[in-house]
Amino acid sequence: MSAKRKIKTMDGNEAVAYVAYRVNEVIAIYPITPSSNMGEWADEWAAQGVPNIWGTVPQVMEMQSEGGAAGAVHGALQTGSLSTTFTASQGLLLMIPNMNKIAGELTPAAFHVSARTLATHALSIFGDHSDVMSCRTTGWAMLSSNSVQEAMDMALIAHASTLESRIPFLHFFDGFRTSHEVNKIEMLSEDDMRALINMDRVFEHRQRALSPDHPVLRGTAQNPDVFFQMRERANPYYDECPAKVRTIMEKFGALVGRSYHLFDYVGAPDADRVIVVMGSGAEVAHETVEHLNARGEKVGLVKIRLYRPFAVKDFAEAIPATVRKISVLDRTKEAGAVGEPLYVDVVNALHEALNHGYGKLRTLPVVVGGRYGLSSKEFTPAMVKAVYDNLEAAPPKEHFTVGIQDDVGHTSLSYSPEFSTEPENAVRAMFYGLGADGTVGANKNSIKIIGENTDNYAQGYFLYDSKKSGAMTVSHLRFGPQPIRSSYLVSKANFVACHQWIFLERYDMLSALVEGGTFLLNSPFGPNEVWDHLPRIVQEQLIAKNAKFYVIDAYEVARNTGMGSRMNTILQVCFFAISKVLPKEQAIESIRKSIRDTYGRKGEDIVQKNLKAVDETLAHLFEVKVPEKLTSTVEMPPPFSPSAPDFEKNVLGVMYAGCGDQLPVSAFPADGTFPTGTAKWEKRNLALEIPAWDEKICIQCGKCAMVCPHAVIRLKVYDSKQLANRPATFKSTDARDKEWQGLKYTIQVAPEDCTGCGICVEVCPAKNKTEPRLKAINMVPQPPLRVPERENWEFFLKIPELDRRDIKLTNIRQQQIEQPLFEFSGACAGCGETPYLKLMSQLFGDRAVIANATGCSSIYGGNLPTTPWAKNAEGRGPAWSNSLFEDNAEFGLGFRLSIDKQTEFARELVKRLAATIGEALAIALITSPQKDEADIYEQRQRVDLLKEKLKNLNSLDARQLLAVADLLVKKSVWIVGGDGWAYDIGYGGLDHVLASGRNVNVLVLDTEVYSNTGGQASKSTPRAAVAKFAAGGKPAPKKDLGLMAMTYGNIYVASVAMGAKDEHTLKAFLEAEAYDGPSLIIAYSHCIAHGINMTTGMSDQKTAVESGKWLLYRYNPERAAMGENPLILDSRAPTRKVKDFLNMETRFKMLLKSKPEDAKRLWEQAQQDADARYRLYEFLAQCKSKAAKA
Amino acid sequence: MIDLSTKYVGLRLRTPLVASASPLSHEIDGIRRLEDAGASAIVLYSLFEEQLRLEQMELDDRLAAGTDSFAEAVSFFPQANEFQLGPEGYLDHIRRAKRAVSIPIIASLNGATVGGWTEYARQIEQAGADALECNIYFLATDPDDSSNEVEQRYLDIVLAVKSAVTIPVAVKISPFFSNMANMAKRLDALGADALVLFNRFYQPDINLEELEIVPNVLLSTPQDLRLPLTWIGVLYGRLRASLAATSGVHGAEDVIKLLMAGADITMLCSALLRNGVGHLRSVENGVIKWMEEHEYESVRQMQGSMSQLHCPDPSAFERAQYMRAVKGAQHVVFSGREA
Repeated sequence: MSAKRKIKTMDGNEAVAYVAYRVNEVIAIYPITPSSNMGEWADEWAAQGVPNIWGTVPQVMEMQSEGGAAGAVHGALQTGSLSTTFTASQGLLLMIPNMNKIAGELTPAAFHVSARTLATHALSIFGDHSDVMSCRTTGWAMLSSNSVQEAMDMALIAHASTLESRIPFLHFFDGFRTSHEVNKIEMLSEDDMRALINMDRVFEHRQRALSPDHPVLRGTAQNPDVFFQMRERANPYYDECPAKVRTIMEKFGALVGRSYHLFDYVGAPDADRVIVVMGSGAEVAHETVEHLNARGEKVGLVKIRLYRPFAVKDFAEAIPATVRKISVLDRTKEAGAVGEPLYVDVVNALHEALNHGYGKLRTLPVVVGGRYGLSSKEFTPAMVKAVYDNLEAAPPKEHFTVGIQDDVGHTSLSYSPEFSTEPENAVRAMFYGLGADGTVGANKNSIKIIGENTDNYAQGYFLYDSKKSGAMTVSHLRFGPQPIRSSYLVSKANFVACHQWIFLERYDMLSALVEGGTFLLNSPFGPNEVWDHLPRIVQEQLIAKNAKFYVIDAYEVARNTGMGSRMNTILQVCFFAISKVLPKEQAIESIRKSIRDTYGRKGEDIVQKNLKAVDETLAHLFEVKVPEKLTSTVEMPPPFSPSAPDFEKNVLGVMYAGCGDQLPVSAFPADGTFPTGTAKWEKRNLALEIPAWDEKICIQCGKCAMVCPHAVIRLKVYDSKQLANRPATFKSTDARDKEWQGLKYTIQVAPEDCTGCGICVEVCPAKNKTEPRLKAINMVPQPPLRVPERENWEFFLKIPELDRRDIKLTNIRQQQIEQPLFEFSGACAGCGETPYLKLMSQLFGDRAVIANATGCSSIYGGNLPTTPWAKNAEGRGPAWSNSLFEDNAEFGLGFRLSIDKQTEFARELVKRLAATIGEALAIALITSPQKDEADIYEQRQRVDLLKEKLKNLNSLDARQLLAVADLLVKKSVWIVGGDGWAYDIGYGGLDHVLASGRNVNVLVLDTEVYSNTGGQASKSTPRAAVAKFAAGGKPAPKKDLGLMAMTYGNIYVASVAMGAKDEHTLKAFLEAEAYDGPSLIIAYSHCIAHGINMTTGMSDQKTAVESGKWLLYRYNPERAAMGENPLILDSRAPTRKVKDFLNMETRFKMLLKSKPEDAKRLWEQAQQDADARYRLYEFLAQCKSKAAKA
Repeated sequence: MIDLSTKYVGLRLRTPLVASASPLSHEIDGIRRLEDAGASAIVLYSLFEEQLRLEQMELDDRLAAGTDSFAEAVSFFPQANEFQLGPEGYLDHIRRAKRAVSIPIIASLNGATVGGWTEYARQIEQAGADALECNIYFLATDPDDSSNEVEQRYLDIVLAVKSAVTIPVAVKISPFFSNMANMAKRLDALGADALVLFNRFYQPDINLEELEIVPNVLLSTPQDLRLPLTWIGVLYGRLRASLAATSGVHGAEDVIKLLMAGADITMLCSALLRNGVGHLRSVENGVIKWMEEHEYESVRQMQGSMSQLHCPDPSAFERAQYMRAVKGAQHVVFSGREA
């Protein structure tokens, strides 16, 4: 590495954004995993005033969708700016129309894509090339990076090349594997960028700009007479493009010292077998080739850099004359094609090369293609070796897969997981941590310390859970004297650390530990007691592997030093103290320096508590002598209860245990369909404390159950006979409601599903009169209650549910008796969204179909292995699906149209068959009003009777009616999503669906940011809030979605906040569903992205309403039909100032700390917004009623 | 011409009427209005030492919550390049206040532990404050804390601050010491440039409906001035430090009584919150009028005239006066009953 350039550790996204930001002027952004960070970097740098290489700060603009971003970039390019954007997956697909235009107009631009899987049978946020491969026909050049360093280098090469060639460039690198891998790289300097960007080309681009000073016409419409010719007119630009890229790469090599070619060959000059691949897999193959050749094999590798335009001659010349067999690896699947795209291209290129005499080959080698690494599936040296081995088979398997066990199509290559190319002189470490406990942050910091302070190379890759609460993280770190190409997980670790004791009982983390390796355990038990508490499998492996074993009570050190639940500094010190990656003193001093650098801006106290933690840690770290004998009787429990159904146990349970990679193809459904009601099998035992019910204090109001985000607090009313054989500690009391006289009442907590958020205690209104610090529900330690409450919970579940016909739904006290059909989600502890979904599931779940926009609710609702959507005892419950992000309203409207059509057809068939099934039944089926639970119950009885009758009939009509008979019972269509969907990307569709007049219920879980992708601003974000993409505080006010919907006049609109007025929320849900037309409920949802204490989230909601920051209202068109004002403003005039609310939330307060003057101005404007909005609503609610009276 | 001028912590003030720490000094406009109304100096609103620390901790916790847990959202906030988590906002306020008015600006630092006092005090001095008022509000509730330990805490803070700055340091304390006079003497010995008597003892209230303890900040009443009046009267002439009276200063007569007891200045807050900033002017006019009517020429002339040292009956400040007061009260009660 050159001495003049800075060495830094960073991930691929930052590396790319660093260059893209500096060589552009207009940057349009939109969040999508895993590319969001590039936009976030750009936005933050712009907010900080960081200039580009020409000394001006780029304009960074968040758009409403990726389609919008591409459009804005197109416009910026057309008017002469240098412009870029960042995206992935579905986002890239939304850019395709503009990409065709940009290429057709020969416009220099580069987009940076962290390549991600396209949603098919399921969404996946992880990496493969299915998105970029969908852009092959856009006319864009495609340039691939294989590592973090290359991502930075190729970002610059892409921008330089597009200016030279006028062909737009799609620069891509593997989502997560490269975008999120932290690696040590050499930073390109701004001088490097200036040297490579040809200013003459920039000026030519400016000259082509649309300008009234030299007007031209572009974007014409053309007819058959000329379109074709013009399409061919651009060919010379494509023909010349590869040579121009080659020249740029040569110039880059001369300048920077890293040499790239259109196709880079690695391996034996006389190789007989070659792999062709692009992306991070090429790095794995590179490492494997070197390993195999060092052991006498003759293999090689062609890394594709410039995939489009595909330079046939360059490709052919990259292949040695000795090659007889080629395996082409595609990180995508093109079902039904001759083969995957790269494979097809290689076969064609070889044919053409031979025809033209390009390259050294004189006969066509055997070429096979295979798929690997879909959705970030691991791709390891063992798999690369299997691919080479396959080429030696006679004949080699074609269209193979590698990395999975395909026992259906038998496509998969077998491989030996034991095969390893890891060098002996590298340190490999794995850390198991709990999300937000600081493990990942500490490891990133360790990489920085080693990477930036020593000559060693460093790499970090981090695996996260799909749960948002209690999530496990696994950090994979490598350190060594050679550059690290190992873009795969550590499987043989010298050092394994378990930062949370609970994981010991759940995961076999020592299987990766090498012989003589080191195990560090964060343990509440000291060095003398810990051994007997270890699970048997842990003891076994520590003995068998002759491991070194250390313990620290990081919990205690954290407590003593004021670190709370954050153990980053403590466990980082342990790692350096034990691993000896660096001399201990040097390492500790580096940690101290890093603490000052990292936390200095957060305040001296934060610095001091971390420094104190460093000292305390060393005094609490102990080596444990591993005994020779096993003593443990602790066995690892099965992931799911033995009573779970087979599929749940054998498939979902295996996934839950973290062993999904081991499941064969045959284990899965072919179309992505899964059972519901499966979250109940996960017993995550996350809570250190759970609520305990005090039946003597309880007033049975039902509020605790209503707000419980995880449906772990349940109410039942039942006959005392049910109490026979109750467990000893099962609590019961007399029901207080007059209508339930003589019945018993129980509030039961699901002890192993509770996340311990404490919201229930916060909202409980009943206080103990002799000790008012206690309420009717209080948090108590979970461990002593786990066993008895588990028994109580199981007993409670067996008590029959109260007949829904006997529940008064308008009263929370009674309504909350309804069984939730949304339970134990993986949402954040204390989530503000899930109580609304649970309420909906209680009220309408047994006849609901849900279209769920992509976002938090689709992740905690439908991210495997399990789903919180559940079924009742009759097997009924919400049917749920997620289509995409942008199309959810339309998707849900499709449900409605389909259900309405089938219902209509069923009714027609009932009429047609009336004589056969009985006139009375037919009339009753058709005329049932189905207005309440009793009606629904009776209609279901009729449908059951109808189906019985139909089973004995053979006519086509009868068979058709049997197929659609269930549609005779009213179905409730719910369209659910967040504000990112409703206000931004899906707004056009939502508007259309609302305007359709059809009976759909839209529930907007309004967190006022894109929560799922990490808190980016949406048009719902209120003025003055700091969010990603609004780093300087959002200057514009929140869009009034409800008011816009009201203008149609025929849409039921409600704005609710459960924490402010729960009865109002309930009323709105009931009215919305009852309204025979479109309904829109905008539900204020507190969120972890607000920077709040999640336990008091409902109080935040209350203050939001009391200050006028959030309004409660209902707009019911049925009232207008009766001559009344349809709008009822349910909020009273504000009794508090908006600043009272803003002061409660970090999203607002942090601006006071970073930009106090801006904050002051924006806070004042926020008050004005609230005042004006209240006055407007007050006017609308009053003035119309006067008109109605008149 | 009546001379209202006085000296306080070495500062020459036009009048003995000073605006004490209150929300009135939150905005620069408010500070200007206080000057316009005749305040001879302004004690800025307090910088709460614990609050700064709590804010640091809270921000750190909130920004870290939920991070590095979930692949799509490894964080939830942009990284603010530079947070002003220390007293930067307050320091900036001092600088702007100094530019806005010509009267002395006294900064106020409120806390109960040594904590960040010295660093904050140094920064306050650098920001240009003319003096620093240390409001030490420590409520001893731990039965294991001896009076000696409690007193030592005050002394430690004053010593630390005095050694950190060269501007005058006033110390605002509560009256609740076993021997207030001894405490005053020890603070004086450590170099406190003034004693500000006294800070308000904020006593919580109970919300009967919610069964909650609630903070209940009541504005002072004129009756509250008896406590500072007593101790200023006792301490006058015995200390090197200036004496400032605060609590219960509402009208011209209150000011005059306190000056006569020995106060160098009197501080107003509740009266201004209740009556508006313009009340300062009417108090000043009232003082002038009274002095004219009673033929006093200067404030200096009356300062300490009714202190224990100079008053006609020094025992009136001691137990004998208490005995007389109790007897007098008994007489009122009994005669009332008889009536």
